[in-house]
Amino acid sequence: MVSGLRLFLMTATGIWFGLFLLGQAAFAVDLGDKEKGRKLFKLCKHCHQIGQGAKNRIGPHLNLLFGRKAASIDGFRYSKGIKRAAAGGLEWHADTLSAYLENPKNLVSGTRMNFVGMKDLDQRMDLIAYLRLFSDNPADIPEADPTVSDAGHDLDPAILALKGDPDYGDYLSGECTACHQTSGQDDGVPSIVAWPEDDFVRAMHAYKKQVRQHPVMQMIAGRLSDDEIASLAAFFANIKE
Amino acid sequence: MGLDRRVFMGGAAVAASSLAMPYGFAKGNGTPKVVVIGGGAGGATAARYLAKDSKGALDVTLIEPSRSYYTCFFSNLYLGGFKNLDDLAHSYGTLASGYGVNVVHDWAVGVDRDKKYVRLAGGARVPYDKLILSPGIDFVEGSVAGWDILAQNKMPHAYKAGSQTELLKAQVMAMPAGGVFAMVAPPNPFRCPPGPYERISMVAYLLKTHNPTAKILVADPKPKFSKMALFQEGWGTHYDGMIDWIGPDFGGDNVVVNPDEMTLSIDGEVTKVDVCNVIPAMKAGRIAEVADVSDGRWAPVHARDMSSKADKDIHVLGDAALQGDMPKSGFAANSQAKVCANAIRGALTGSKIFPAKFSNTCWSLIDDDDGVKVGASYKATDEKIAKVSGFISKTGEDAATRANNYKESEGWYAGITKDMFG
Repeated sequence: MVSGLRLFLMTATGIWFGLFLLGQAAFAVDLGDKEKGRKLFKLCKHCHQIGQGAKNRIGPHLNLLFGRKAASIDGFRYSKGIKRAAAGGLEWHADTLSAYLENPKNLVSGTRMNFVGMKDLDQRMDLIAYLRLFSDNPADIPEADPTVSDAGHDLDPAILALKGDPDYGDYLSGECTACHQTSGQDDGVPSIVAWPEDDFVRAMHAYKKQVRQHPVMQMIAGRLSDDEIASLAAFFANIKE
Repeated sequence: MGLDRRVFMGGAAVAASSLAMPYGFAKGNGTPKVVVIGGGAGGATAARYLAKDSKGALDVTLIEPSRSYYTCFFSNLYLGGFKNLDDLAHSYGTLASGYGVNVVHDWAVGVDRDKKYVRLAGGARVPYDKLILSPGIDFVEGSVAGWDILAQNKMPHAYKAGSQTELLKAQVMAMPAGGVFAMVAPPNPFRCPPGPYERISMVAYLLKTHNPTAKILVADPKPKFSKMALFQEGWGTHYDGMIDWIGPDFGGDNVVVNPDEMTLSIDGEVTKVDVCNVIPAMKAGRIAEVADVSDGRWAPVHARDMSSKADKDIHVLGDAALQGDMPKSGFAANSQAKVCANAIRGALTGSKIFPAKFSNTCWSLIDDDDGVKVGASYKATDEKIAKVSGFISKTGEDAATRANNYKESEGWYAGITKDMFG
């Protein structure tokens, strides 16, 4: 009665797939100036070590960072937030590092990396060029990891300046509250309540541009307009149940 | 029955009135009344959003016979031992106390569309300005030869959660060593497309620990099913040799059951089984036929507001609706309910009506910490709810991703049940 063949045949024929999301898109753009980056690393070294003999301190060591899955160094105690981002597919490349350095909480909600953020794109590229010195592969051949550069998540200030309509946000929020709780409770899906509006807008645009990894969120954000994102940000920033 | 005068005139009236006089019902006769039949993912959500957002400007009544509602979603996880039955139970207390919804525990047995009231089994008449039907599914009689609803104790469907789910689990636990669990899978379209296959996974998980030499036999009328590659990969990895899936090429569409003998015949080959989970073909819950908004199977609706194509003052949500591309799922019903509530509130109180937007995600558990998901977003077109974009888990994903999917599904469960019941 039990026929493995039937099962095998079905496996071979009946498969369907939905849309797959590409991981990291490659943009061959020069990184910044590694010497300037070396100086900028002063901002990092209270918590992170890099280079020969580097160890985990407050933050994990940064050797062999490029192409590495987030939260993947054995023995380091990572936050729940970054472990979740890692499970969602976050890897460290120039574009994700740039987004993270710009404002860590935009890319990884709940990260313990307590860094105010580096707003200047050139500075970020300089710092990333320096970090790149301590990873595998020559940095200057096109196939190597760091040729992935800033993927344009630097938001147009006009988008950040948009004033959302909280009533529209209230209606649109129905799509969020199928999973995210309005009380802010996190039972496996993170809280999105009472975020600063800018952070909310940046995070949603990072999903929209697929810099931030999560298939559900990329799908939801992918069809929200700039105004709709602003409206959701306005609603969730001041939510009252 | 069928196409009568009301259907035709109703259609014309929608076009004439929907833009011209949105407040038509609201003025004069006190607070406009919305009656919701069915307190599941569609009905409970609609009732809550109508009451919450109208802030007293609407009188919302929810008619639901059960005092405790058991969600069908996650009920497979009870079978697998990952959830207790109590975890699936929800009451309507908060909808009544926190939102002012008038919760009536009774059966709706009639709808008078001309006089606009609902008749309850207890005899009462409940008047409405707008009626929402969210009755879920009923089974198509005679769709599985040898089975009818009277046989559900011997061969449970467990496709409406609660006592049936408990019964099925008890039967699985009582199987003799090396026994056979059989499932008769339903034809399309049916509630929760990955549901039967998640159930197979959960039964396999249970048997792997309690009864490792037991076998699972699935007779399926469909050549393919939701997340098929993912399930078959998982079955091979976790339950190798235990599950025999028989599609229509091998007679999975030619099935006869005998509840007294506990046998299952597939293409004439009779097998004695210990448990037989019969999931018949489905149709909209009975009240859709009673209200005469069904096409005989499902209730056709307009995508923009989930209003019935047969009556502009009746809306149909969730599994019962014939709407287009969305699967019949709790997530989908919840999503449709918010679009519908917004449109009804706009029609009755003059509040702004925003454009319809829908989404759906379905998580399934294949093994401990091996969760997968599929989802899509949708828009309203003139013809139907149309798919815009989607995603699905990949085969060969790493363990952390799969574990995270499961954790996320637990978060979703907590979120959606709050969204339904407050």
